[in-house]
Amino acid sequence: MSYNMTNVLGILFANTHEGAVPELAAKRTIASIPFGGRFRMVDFLLSGMSNSGMSKVGIITRSNYQSLLDHIGSARPWDLARTDGGLTLLAPFGRNNDTGLFKGKLDALSSCLSYIRHTDCEYVVLSDCDLVINPDFTHLLDVHIESGADITAVCHTDSYTEEETKDAACFKVGRGGRVEAVAINRAMAGKRTMDLNIYVMKTSLLINLVEDLVSLGKFSFSVDVLQGKYAELDIRAYEFSGFYRRICDLESYYHANMALLEPENLKKLMPRERPVYTKDRADAPAMYGFDSAVRNSLVANGCVIEGVVENSILFRGVKVEKGAVVRNSILMQDTVVGKDTTVSNIVTDKNVEIGDGLSVTSAESCPLYIAKGRILK
Amino acid sequence: MYNKKECVAMLLAGGQGSRLYALTKTVAKPAVPYGGKYRIIDFPLSNCVNSGIDTVGVLTQYQPLVLNEYVGNGQAWNLDRIHGGVHILPPYQTASGAQWYEGTANAIYQNLSFIDRYDPEYVVILSGDHIYKMDYSKMLQFHKEKGAECTIAVIDVPIHEASRFGIMFAHEDGSVYDFVEKPKEPKSTLASMGIYIFSYKTLKKYLIENENDKEATKDFGKNIIPALLQNGEKVFAYRFDGYWKDVGTIDSLWDANMELLAVNVDLDLYDPSWRIYSNNDSAAPHIIGKNAKIQSSMVTNGCYIDGTVETSVISGGVTIEEGALVQYSVLFPGAVVKKGAVVEYAIVGENSVVGEGSHVGAAPETIENKDEWGVAVVGHNIEVSDGAKVAPKQIISESI
Repeated sequence: MSYNMTNVLGILFANTHEGAVPELAAKRTIASIPFGGRFRMVDFLLSGMSNSGMSKVGIITRSNYQSLLDHIGSARPWDLARTDGGLTLLAPFGRNNDTGLFKGKLDALSSCLSYIRHTDCEYVVLSDCDLVINPDFTHLLDVHIESGADITAVCHTDSYTEEETKDAACFKVGRGGRVEAVAINRAMAGKRTMDLNIYVMKTSLLINLVEDLVSLGKFSFSVDVLQGKYAELDIRAYEFSGFYRRICDLESYYHANMALLEPENLKKLMPRERPVYTKDRADAPAMYGFDSAVRNSLVANGCVIEGVVENSILFRGVKVEKGAVVRNSILMQDTVVGKDTTVSNIVTDKNVEIGDGLSVTSAESCPLYIAKGRILK
Repeated sequence: MYNKKECVAMLLAGGQGSRLYALTKTVAKPAVPYGGKYRIIDFPLSNCVNSGIDTVGVLTQYQPLVLNEYVGNGQAWNLDRIHGGVHILPPYQTASGAQWYEGTANAIYQNLSFIDRYDPEYVVILSGDHIYKMDYSKMLQFHKEKGAECTIAVIDVPIHEASRFGIMFAHEDGSVYDFVEKPKEPKSTLASMGIYIFSYKTLKKYLIENENDKEATKDFGKNIIPALLQNGEKVFAYRFDGYWKDVGTIDSLWDANMELLAVNVDLDLYDPSWRIYSNNDSAAPHIIGKNAKIQSSMVTNGCYIDGTVETSVISGGVTIEEGALVQYSVLFPGAVVKKGAVVEYAIVGENSVVGEGSHVGAAPETIENKDEWGVAVVGHNIEVSDGAKVAPKQIISESI
């Protein structure tokens, strides 16, 4: 094999699936949804690509990307501030006839073909940003090249619910991992091999597919490439067996966060050799007061906790004041829970302030979302 | 490249810090961890960048590996600049031979050519020994207003502690008329903080003269400041009344960490207007496990805590297993306290492991003879085997 990972281009789709989590994606891209106490969704794939030695990554975005721009900055935290390549944000209006809205993944790709050609990489990895996943892309590339496949699609076989499969492609996998049938958005419960929307192929193949299909008015990667071409192209499934979660609604977002309370899961998602990077903001360590009682929680730097916290995720700079009780909740950056206030089963967005002596609770299986900057008094 | 700077900082980071014993066996004192996620050098570096000083020479000599790696290109402190930025300055060889840094003044003397590159009006001399937040730009303003050649930051200390410091004698207007290094019977309580601002021309002149004096010990406190005063140069004391702590001994390092947990601590690490930056590993937030009990403590990212922690400072990546007890202690990055172990009134070094059921340190009230009590120290990368005991005041630098 004569390739190295700097010859592999990464393309991330920042906005795909944003309709699935309207609460969290109202004012941001899927890629910039906060996750796991101090990260944003995009950190996992970006770190995975960077740790695998990839040095050129483009992020395609089309709207709501202020928070993404702010988060990415110079891309230094992911070691992707490079003189040659590095991270490139591919915003809309890349072509003079763009309307800013993409009709599908292929349309989005066609708007940045000049970037893709310019990076001059032999291979390309495509991925959405709705996954909390930290794959070893080196292994994926090795398997792809070894197999001689045209396209390798990362997937996972498991028992899924209707909810989980309603916005996903599922594969029928034959000998040698070859994809033999593709079912899209069928909402079928049961054991399935689900497409995780991470693909690797030769850049030249991608460019050909985009040019051919877009000129025919075909814009969907799953419908027009996977389903439309599986007979003609050698498309193979790559079974991913590590820890991952897909965010398909607020509930799955909630449970994916809570899954990190299991130390084994955290270790699998962020092993020592593949750390996950993010933009740092120089917070002091978390401070636990005299009367604090905390158990089974994930707590980030900058938190000041003087009350009770159980089964919860606390992002950076959260304050839990005296006598406050926080249970089964996700409190994003700089949330304040006032004195003697009880909250449970809630998800607060950034800078939410909940006053003193209140009670905010929701049913166990459906967390209540409180929008960014809301003040409850 | 001509690139003038008004003010350049020189940070003396070459000291061994021998009174920290096992904790500075393999790392220079400025690289000793503090406050969970910091190293001592974070304070002067962050103060510099927050004060608008973007050119810092860091003079290293003793065990520089960890320090060099930590400072890196200065990015963590926003000191990776196109012009200026942070520069590590080790001793070097010249055509006439090689010389170690032989004193604080000699260290700066050997780097005059570094300072000359920036053609500064003023030079700030700092050390990597203290924990404090200070706006050097205000001190520089004072220096300019007074028309001083040298301004020394001073702090009021209790009279019984004054003999540990260089003590200044100043008039009402701040002008210094006398200076005594570590007096046996101190008559003033104005202690030098080891922070000097010099008008560069004067500094350069005195450093060269000092270097030519074969008798001199080549030290700021012993030679340069007395020489300035002797010659009637304008030397001023700049009073500082915030939090300032020398962390040069085991006890003071432990104290300074414990003070962070006090309710009314003067040192606010949570103030966004004067952040203290540090160069951290990326790690997930810490997990407080199902069996954990934690109170009155600081905990950093990357920890897994399932035991009991009280009144302690826990650095990044520390593991405290179920049933372990940690109280009144400071755990450095990567330390592991295994099941059933007890760590109390102790400092545990980087990546050291306290084995199952072992016991490090003891509470003062359990010791009859108070002279036998002190903070227990486990050095870096050490294993305390299962069931072993480290007595109070004991310092271990080998695995037991």
